Amino acid sequence: MRSMTAVLDRTRHGRFALAALLAAAVAMAVPFYFAPFQVFQLTMVLVYAVALAGLNLLVGFGGQISLGHGAFFAAGAYTAAIMLDRFDTGHLATLPVAAAACFLLGLGFGVPALRLRGLYLALVTLSLAVFLPPLLKRLEAVTGGSMGLTVEKPQPPAWSGLAEDQWSYFVVLAVSAVALLVARNLLRSRVGRALLAVRDNESAAEVMGVRLSLHKTFAFAWSAMFAGVAGCLYTWVIGFVSPDSFSFVLSITLLAGLVVGGLASLYGPLLGAAFVMYVPSVAQDLSEAAPGVVFGLLIIAVMFVAPTGLAGLASRAGGAVARRRAGAAASDRSSVAEPPPESTSEPSAPRTPVDPESVEAEPVGAPPRTEKE
Amino acid sequence: MLTVDGITVRFGGITALDGVAFTVEPGTAVGLIGPNGAGKTTLFNCLTRRCTPDAGTVSFDGVDLLALAPHAVAECGIARTFQNLGLFPRLTVRENVMVGAHSRGRTGHLAAALRLPRVRREEAELRDRADELLRRLGLEDLADHPASGLPFGTLKRVELARALAVRPRLLLLDEPVNGLSHGEVGQFADLVRSVRRDFDVTLVVVEHHMGFVMGLCDKVVCLDFGRKIAEGPPEDIQRDPVVIEAYLGVAA
Ligand SMILES: Nc1ncnc2c1ncn2[C@@H]1O[C@H](COP(=O)(O)OP(=O)(O)OP(=O)(O)O)[C@@H](O)[C@H]1O
Ligand SMILES: [Mg+2]
Repeated sequence: MRSMTAVLDRTRHGRFALAALLAAAVAMAVPFYFAPFQVFQLTMVLVYAVALAGLNLLVGFGGQISLGHGAFFAAGAYTAAIMLDRFDTGHLATLPVAAAACFLLGLGFGVPALRLRGLYLALVTLSLAVFLPPLLKRLEAVTGGSMGLTVEKPQPPAWSGLAEDQWSYFVVLAVSAVALLVARNLLRSRVGRALLAVRDNESAAEVMGVRLSLHKTFAFAWSAMFAGVAGCLYTWVIGFVSPDSFSFVLSITLLAGLVVGGLASLYGPLLGAAFVMYVPSVAQDLSEAAPGVVFGLLIIAVMFVAPTGLAGLASRAGGAVARRRAGAAASDRSSVAEPPPESTSEPSAPRTPVDPESVEAEPVGAPPRTEKE
Repeated sequence: MLTVDGITVRFGGITALDGVAFTVEPGTAVGLIGPNGAGKTTLFNCLTRRCTPDAGTVSFDGVDLLALAPHAVAECGIARTFQNLGLFPRLTVRENVMVGAHSRGRTGHLAAALRLPRVRREEAELRDRADELLRRLGLEDLADHPASGLPFGTLKRVELARALAVRPRLLLLDEPVNGLSHGEVGQFADLVRSVRRDFDVTLVVVEHHMGFVMGLCDKVVCLDFGRKIAEGPPEDIQRDPVVIEAYLGVAA
């Protein structure tokens, strides 16, 4: 029995390593095959994926809610922009500062969030998102007011021979890969399980020794940190921040993207990020007059077809494929639970190039659980 | 080992517990019986810090339980199951059991984020221990199954496995055989007896199934309307007119 599980584990690891390697290769090749604008779009998908992975920790795995993550995103973006603009620090220095600042900000907000639940928490976090842009406009001396700040983008070193968009892509790819790995590490540990347990049954979790306040506030803090890191990357990639880029609509878009991508799924954030990045422009093409309506309708359509999000759809499809392939093999349970690598390179839309990274950053062999609730 | 003294709990107008006192000796199994609404679950809630009594003391091996934070009770060596199952439905059976060992782990947030070598080691250990418990309770084939959607009797066993993962010295079972079929009750009784021996736990069991209580317990405490109305060996309690009266009073 035990040796069999070991063998299963090993093949799973092997398959994961193979998929990761393949995905990494594709991700490395992508910027050389696409036009600069498309590379830029892919870079932004990665940026949003980091923010969504953070939001997923809080909402998908933590069972809390935030309609204010755009504010943490903005805080990270402005931290980076101000450091670059006023203090002329290098780009790299802005990342840990933005991360730490947003972590602490999240910790600060996590404490009152302990006393709030559901709609109340949604409302309080939303007010954070609503209140931040005007504040940024007011603090003109530091933030540049409504005009915003224009900062330098990271420049490719001469030895690399890369163009600016390609360099940005690789930098963001590296940071987001690490970020997604950290999120995965957290979830595959004692603290991640504690978070899931709190989501599923608070009092039982507490009886098992889980300190609710600690894990809930830390979920908030980590989540805010990821949003802040994403914001920092945003500043690097765009080279410009202004209060209007971070209106409360951003917060709502992030949450919508997460739900569409798949709550509590490890690779839902990547799918959701692609949705957030590409669908508004598709909507624009479909209807010049009311892209918002088309966007909304598309969200509804996705939720109708895939109530557990695109990730749920993907893993269900993958599960069906695996089942058919495995036939009546004894290992059927594990092969169903584990989304085979192909399942990630799924669905719809004119965004083939996205899928490779989704495999790369997506820990495929991760614990089964969730998607299917 | 456990001394409960003068516990009183009021919810608004009703007094759920009224000056309840009893002791549990190490290694024994104590049955807690009483009609519906007698306050049995409330008493468990006091022992696990789910609710704070208005008066009274609880001491466990010399530790004042009421002074502990709710999450610290597990670390003390007290585990419980819930009357209506308190599992984590979206976690797998194995993960449920691993959460049970939460208080035995040390990994903090930073170490987990970096997945330091000691985190890996601890994960492997917790996993092995969980698998061992699952094997012990005949659940090994369900390890990767989500805890929802399994038969009720199986879930009861999963919950027992999770409680054992706490490594308790005192195990509180709230209606463990409630909702089980006749055959399952017998099996579960055997399981509890063997677990009690192998894991060396002291038991407090709330149960309406008299056969189960009488076969398992060394002592029985009977509550009615929050008051202790009888305490003694199972044979005596079964014949005690006050106890019979309390049960019949409810039935009538
Ligand atoms: N949180 C609460 N708030 C208000 N009243 C409560 C609460 N918990 C329990 N009660 C009341 O306290 C009394 C005792 O309830 P308890 O659940 O302890 O009974 P029990 O002996 O476990 O009954 P059963 O056999 O039905 O499980 C009941 O009248 C119940 O309605
Ligand atoms: Mg009860």
